[in-house]
Amino acid sequence: MTPDQILVTLGGVAVMGFISWFFWLKRTPGVRAAVVSDGYQEQMILVSGGYTPDTIRVTTGRPVRLLFRREETASCSEQVVLADFGKSAQLPTGSVVPIEFMPGDPGEHAFTCQMGMLRGRIVVEAA
Amino acid sequence: MTSTAHTAATDTAGRKPAGTTTDMGRTQAIPAAAGPASDRQAEYRILMRKWWFAAAVGLPTMIFSYPWLIPGLNTAFPPGSARLWWLWVAMGVASLAVLAYSGNQFFSGAAQALRHRSANMHTLIAIGTGTAWIYSTAALLVPQLFPSAQMTDVYYDVTVVVTALVVLGMAMEVKARGRTSEAIEKLMGLAPKTARVIRDGVEVEIPVDAVIVGDVVVVRPGAKVPVDGVIVDGASALDESMITGESMPIGKQAGDEVIGATINGTGAFHFRATKVGSDTALATIVRMVGDAQASKVPIQRIVDVVSGYFTPAVLILSVAGFVIWYDFGPAPAFAYATIVAVTTLIIACPCALGMATPMALTTGVGLAAAHGILIRSGDALQAAQKLDTVVLDKTGTITLGKPSVTDIVPAPGFEADAILAMAAAAERDSEHPLAAAIVEMATQRGLTRIGTSDFDAVPGHGIRARFGTHRILVGKRVFLEAAGVKAAWLEDDARRLSGEGKTPVFVAFDDRVMGLIAIADPVKPDSKAAIAALRALGLQIVMITGDNRRTADAIARSVGVDRVLAEVLPQDKAHEVHKLQLEGRTVAMVGDGINDAPALAQADVGFAIGTGTDVAIEASDITLISGSLRGIVSAIEISRATMRNVHQNLFGAFIYNGIGLPVALGLLYPFFGLLLSPILAALAMSFSSVTVISNANRLKRFKLVEVAS
Repeated sequence: MTPDQILVTLGGVAVMGFISWFFWLKRTPGVRAAVVSDGYQEQMILVSGGYTPDTIRVTTGRPVRLLFRREETASCSEQVVLADFGKSAQLPTGSVVPIEFMPGDPGEHAFTCQMGMLRGRIVVEAA
Repeated sequence: MTSTAHTAATDTAGRKPAGTTTDMGRTQAIPAAAGPASDRQAEYRILMRKWWFAAAVGLPTMIFSYPWLIPGLNTAFPPGSARLWWLWVAMGVASLAVLAYSGNQFFSGAAQALRHRSANMHTLIAIGTGTAWIYSTAALLVPQLFPSAQMTDVYYDVTVVVTALVVLGMAMEVKARGRTSEAIEKLMGLAPKTARVIRDGVEVEIPVDAVIVGDVVVVRPGAKVPVDGVIVDGASALDESMITGESMPIGKQAGDEVIGATINGTGAFHFRATKVGSDTALATIVRMVGDAQASKVPIQRIVDVVSGYFTPAVLILSVAGFVIWYDFGPAPAFAYATIVAVTTLIIACPCALGMATPMALTTGVGLAAAHGILIRSGDALQAAQKLDTVVLDKTGTITLGKPSVTDIVPAPGFEADAILAMAAAAERDSEHPLAAAIVEMATQRGLTRIGTSDFDAVPGHGIRARFGTHRILVGKRVFLEAAGVKAAWLEDDARRLSGEGKTPVFVAFDDRVMGLIAIADPVKPDSKAAIAALRALGLQIVMITGDNRRTADAIARSVGVDRVLAEVLPQDKAHEVHKLQLEGRTVAMVGDGINDAPALAQADVGFAIGTGTDVAIEASDITLISGSLRGIVSAIEISRATMRNVHQNLFGAFIYNGIGLPVALGLLYPFFGLLLSPILAALAMSFSSVTVISNANRLKRFKLVEVAS
C-alpha cells in the first residue's frame, strides 16, 4: 500500500465512524412542553426540512397539544403522522395545525412525515 | 381484534384513543385540508421551471463534455486546448447556476436535515452533485493537484443532468401524489356551501355552517342535502351513491334519515337537522379516511426501521466504495473512486422505500371510501386481506331486519286475533325485532290494546307478562315448557313453519297454549349473490343467529352459506367468534355495530353494515355505509388488491436498491468491466420513485367484481 492509500483508507474509516456517530448516536434532551391555561401541555413545532424542536418531553396524565407550523412547500412534509396515537394531519403551508392527544404510559413515540423521512420524538415521562 | 398501534392512547375499551372527546382529536375542520392541493400545484410549477432550466443547460453540457467524440467539434475543441479549457470554465459557471437555481432545494434540504442530525434524499443528491462539481472545478483550476492528465476531465454534465433528472422525477412525483390523495379531496368537495332553512316561519338561505341542530331544512328537487337529518314532511328519491356507493336512488319519506351531500331527485321535502358541522356523516368520513390514510400498515413498521438507517448507511457505503476503488481500482484511481462514490449516492432511493406503503394505503383507502366502505386503519386493511372466514349475523345483515308476521296457528278454542292481541300486549314494551313485528300486525288489524303488567324478558327465550290475574307467556317452546305449559302437540306446525325459514313464537295463556305466530324476516334481494361472490373469493361463510336450528337451516339453504350457528344467544356471539378463531381461522364478523359490538371487537376484522349516518362505529374496523352485503365483497377485494400493491411496491423498492447499490459500487466491473454512469443512476433513481407512485395509482383503476342484485 502506498502512503496515499493508507491515508485515504484511514480517512475513509474516520469519516464512516463520524457518519455513524453523527446520525445514529445522537441523543437530544429535547424541549419540555409548557402547561397552558386550559391545562394542556402545549408546544409549537416548526416544520421545515425537519421538526424544530424534534424532541418534545411531556408528562403522563395531562392532554398534549402540538401546534405544527409548516414553513416550506416541499411536499415531503405535507402530512404529519403520530402513528402511536392514531393521529395525523395535513399541514398547509403557513397555517398552524393543532394535534391533540392524551399521552399514555411513560415511553417514546415517534412522529414522522407520511414517508417516515422526517422524524421527531415525543418522550412521555412519569408525572 | 388485531392490535393497533394505539398503545399509548387506548382507553379501557381498548379501541378509542384516550381523550378523544367531542373536541379532542379533531385536528382540523374540512376546509383546512384543501391547502395541500394548491401547495402541490405551486410546487409542481416551480419544479417544472427548474427542470426546464436544468435541461436547457444540460443538453449542451453533455455535448461539450466530450467534444472530441463528436465529429466537427473534435477539431474545434481538441483535448488539452485552451479553447476547450475556456469552454469548460463556461460550463462550470452554467452548472453552478443550475445547482443554485434548479438544485437549491437539495442543498437547503440537506442543510436543514443536518441541523436535525438526519439525512434524506436531499443529502444524497446534494453531496453527489456537489462532489462532481467540486472535483471538476478542481481539475480545471488546479490540474497540478492531479497526478495524471486523464484525471482532469470534468464532470459538469453529471452535476447538471443529475439535477435535471431528479428535479423532473420530483415534479412527476408531486403530480402523482396529488392523484393519490384526490379521493379525499373529492369527498371534501361534496360538502354543500349553503342551506335553505325555515327561520321564524320564513325560508332563508344561509351558509351551511350556520345550520344548527333542530333547524327545519328545505330541500328542493335536484338540490343537495346540506346536513344530516330526518325527513319531517314530503318524500323523494335520493342519489346517495357519493356516500354509500349504492348506485340506485333510494326512496325516502317522513321519518327516514337523509345524509348530507346526497342529491335529491324530483321530489321536495323538509327535514329536521340532526347532525351539523363536524358531526355530519360526510365530515366524519373525511376525518376517518384521512386518519386511515395516515395510519400504518403493520408491514410499514419494519420499513420504518430500515429507512431510519438507510440514508446514513448509503453515505457510509459511498465512502467505503471510494476507499476500495482508490486502493484497488484501476488508474486513474482518484477519478474512478469519486465517480463510484457519486453514483452510489445518486442511485440510492430512500423515497421509493418510504413511499411504497403509504402511497398504496392512501389510494386503497380512498378507493374504498368511494364505494361507501370506510377502512379504519392500515391494520384493518392488512387483516382483511388475510380473512378466510366470514361470520354473518342473520338479522339485518342477510335479512332486511324488518320481520313481519306471516302465519298464525290457533289452538282449538282460540281465535287468531285473540292470540295476536294477547301476544302484542305482552310484547308491547319489548325491543326485540320479533316483538315489533307482532305489535305492528296487531295495530294493522286494529286490535284493541289490552292492559298488561309485570313484564319480564328472558333474553333469547321469551317474555312474561300479567293480564289481571292471568299469566301470558310468549316465546320459544322450551320457555313455555319450563313454565309448565305443554306445547308439544303444536310441534308439527312449528317444524313446518321453521322449514320455510320462519320463526315460530308460542303464546300461552295461564297453563294453556293459545297457538303460535310465525314471523319471517325477508332475505335482502342481493344477499344470495353477495354470499356466492364471497365464496368465490375462497371464504367460508358462517351464519350466526338466535333462531332455532330448522329456521336457520332453511334460510342458510336459501342463501347458500357453508355453516350455521343457530340458537346462539346475543351475549354468546363474541364467544362463538372466538371459538372459530381457536380453530385457526382468521374471522370477519359482520353485524349492525350496536348489538353485535362485542362480537365485532372479538373478530379479526369487524364489519359494521348499513350504518347510515352513524359512520364512526367504534367497535368496527370497516364500516359499510350502505346495507348491502356486496360491500363486504368489495372491501375484501380492495384490501387484497391494496396489500398486493404494497408488496409489489416494497419488493420493487428493495430490489431496486438491492441491485442498484452494488452495481453503482462497481460490483460488475471485475467481471464485465461495467461501471454505471451517474447519469444513468439519476435516471434509474427518478424512475423508481415515479414507478412506485404510478403503481399505487394503478389501484384506482381496480375493477370490482360486479355482484348481481
